[in-house]
Amino acid sequence: MPARAGVGLKPVHYQSILDFMPDIGFFEIHAENYMGDGGPPHRYLEAIRSHYPLSVHGVGMSIGADRPLDHEHLERLKRLLERYEPALFSEHLAWSTHDMGFFNDLLPIPYTGEALERVCDHVDEIQTKLGRRMLLENPSTYILFAESVMLEVEFLTQVAARTGCGLLLDVNNVEVSATNHGYDPLAYLDAFPIEHVGEIHLAGFAETHDDEGRRLLIDAHDSPVRTDVWALYVHVLNKLSPIPTVIEWDNDIPAWPVLFAEACRAERLLGSSNGLPDHREAFYASHAL
Amino acid sequence: MLRTLSDIQQSFALALADPGLPVPANVLGRRGKPDLRRFSVYRNNVMIGLTDALRARFPVTERLVGEEFFRAIAHIFVTSHKPRSPLLMIYGDEFPAFIEYFEPASKLPYLPDVARLEVAWSQAYHAAEAIPLNARAFASYRPSDLIEARLSLHPSVRLIRSAYPIAAIWAAHQGDGEVNGPEHWEGEDVLVLRPDAGVLIHCLPAGGYDFAAALLAGKSLGVAAESGLEVDGDFDLARNLTGLVSAGAVIALYADQ
Repeated sequence: MPARAGVGLKPVHYQSILDFMPDIGFFEIHAENYMGDGGPPHRYLEAIRSHYPLSVHGVGMSIGADRPLDHEHLERLKRLLERYEPALFSEHLAWSTHDMGFFNDLLPIPYTGEALERVCDHVDEIQTKLGRRMLLENPSTYILFAESVMLEVEFLTQVAARTGCGLLLDVNNVEVSATNHGYDPLAYLDAFPIEHVGEIHLAGFAETHDDEGRRLLIDAHDSPVRTDVWALYVHVLNKLSPIPTVIEWDNDIPAWPVLFAEACRAERLLGSSNGLPDHREAFYASHAL
Repeated sequence: MLRTLSDIQQSFALALADPGLPVPANVLGRRGKPDLRRFSVYRNNVMIGLTDALRARFPVTERLVGEEFFRAIAHIFVTSHKPRSPLLMIYGDEFPAFIEYFEPASKLPYLPDVARLEVAWSQAYHAAEAIPLNARAFASYRPSDLIEARLSLHPSVRLIRSAYPIAAIWAAHQGDGEVNGPEHWEGEDVLVLRPDAGVLIHCLPAGGYDFAAALLAGKSLGVAAESGLEVDGDFDLARNLTGLVSAGAVIALYADQ
């Protein structure tokens, strides 16, 4: 995967992408949207995949649930990855399934020793089944659990150390959670095990207030990346070499040029960070011959 | 307080599903106490996400009743029907049956069948790919060989029988333009399929539904034709078979020559 910027692939943009073949690093899909047997989603994805690298981002594996993984779902995921051969695969530190059904949201987990064991078992099982390393994403959260005994960063560090998985650093989630819980996002980023990060997410948040009238940020993916989040992104880029970065925009989706412009902005920042993006190195290498 | 992950998720899930329950005591805001507005973000995410999934799958149903009414039905449905799968493309298969017994919607008696048509449409949209058989494939057979023949229909094929003109209603409510009601008000038997890139909807002639349903069940052409004849004494096998083949509904022919 080139250390470039990409975007979340949305059906409303399929035709624009194929018509204009934009110079963009890669596309990321939500795995569950391509688990049908056939039809236009697969036809478009095959066409786009033939021109661009791909990242697959799961939203339904429920890694943090206190119940066995859904093996049927894991099988479907394996088939999807075999078919499209993405350079990256990621999932969330969250849960969504329960005896009552699938909750269609990324629900928070308590940071306890028991939850850590469970998450590590699930990550092990997924990586073994898929035969590849996965990236685990830091969540955006609105509440804390009384039972938590460690910080989120400690929890993620432990999962990465024990399972060998990589981490997906969602910088917007850092801003959202830090604001919601009243800690310093820079301190979170400085404590984050940056050496395990294989991908970055950027997105826009929405705003409301909690019962106490304090600012409450919602991970809405419905607007441009905010200035504060760009600043955090630059902070991260100063700490590590360029890394694949995705603009997520899943609601109130803009016209293609608006989304593409966000990716171009991320790519400019990637290009001015410590190292040079892979594709430029490749470019210079090919022209030196 | 220290409870197991199982306990924590059990109480979280119960409170998530039932807005009448208080926020669990271990779910905390900034000052270390339960905060309803914070917890409500999760409740809203679930409700909005699943409502949007239904709106995406039932656009004509929504147009028939209006957005506000549709959101109200969806709210009740979502509350009582959580998805069993993380694949939202299949969420709402029970929605038509739910509408059928939803009293406030009973003024539109065709609504459940229109919703069934939309379920069929999305199933056809996501169905496996297969290449339709060309009419020439039948040319080398004598009619007597074909009586015993069996057909494989395209995996996207769905059949719906309605006492209402659901295909006409569906077609009249595409896009945002002006709606002209159906020109007739008779029941329609509908074939939904996706032989190539796009989903197609055809109205079947009398007996055509029973004929196609028998073929789907693996019956021979002769037996399937009898099913058609039982409904319509003038059932025309050649016309119905040609109709299915030209619609792209047939992908294989198994016959002895």
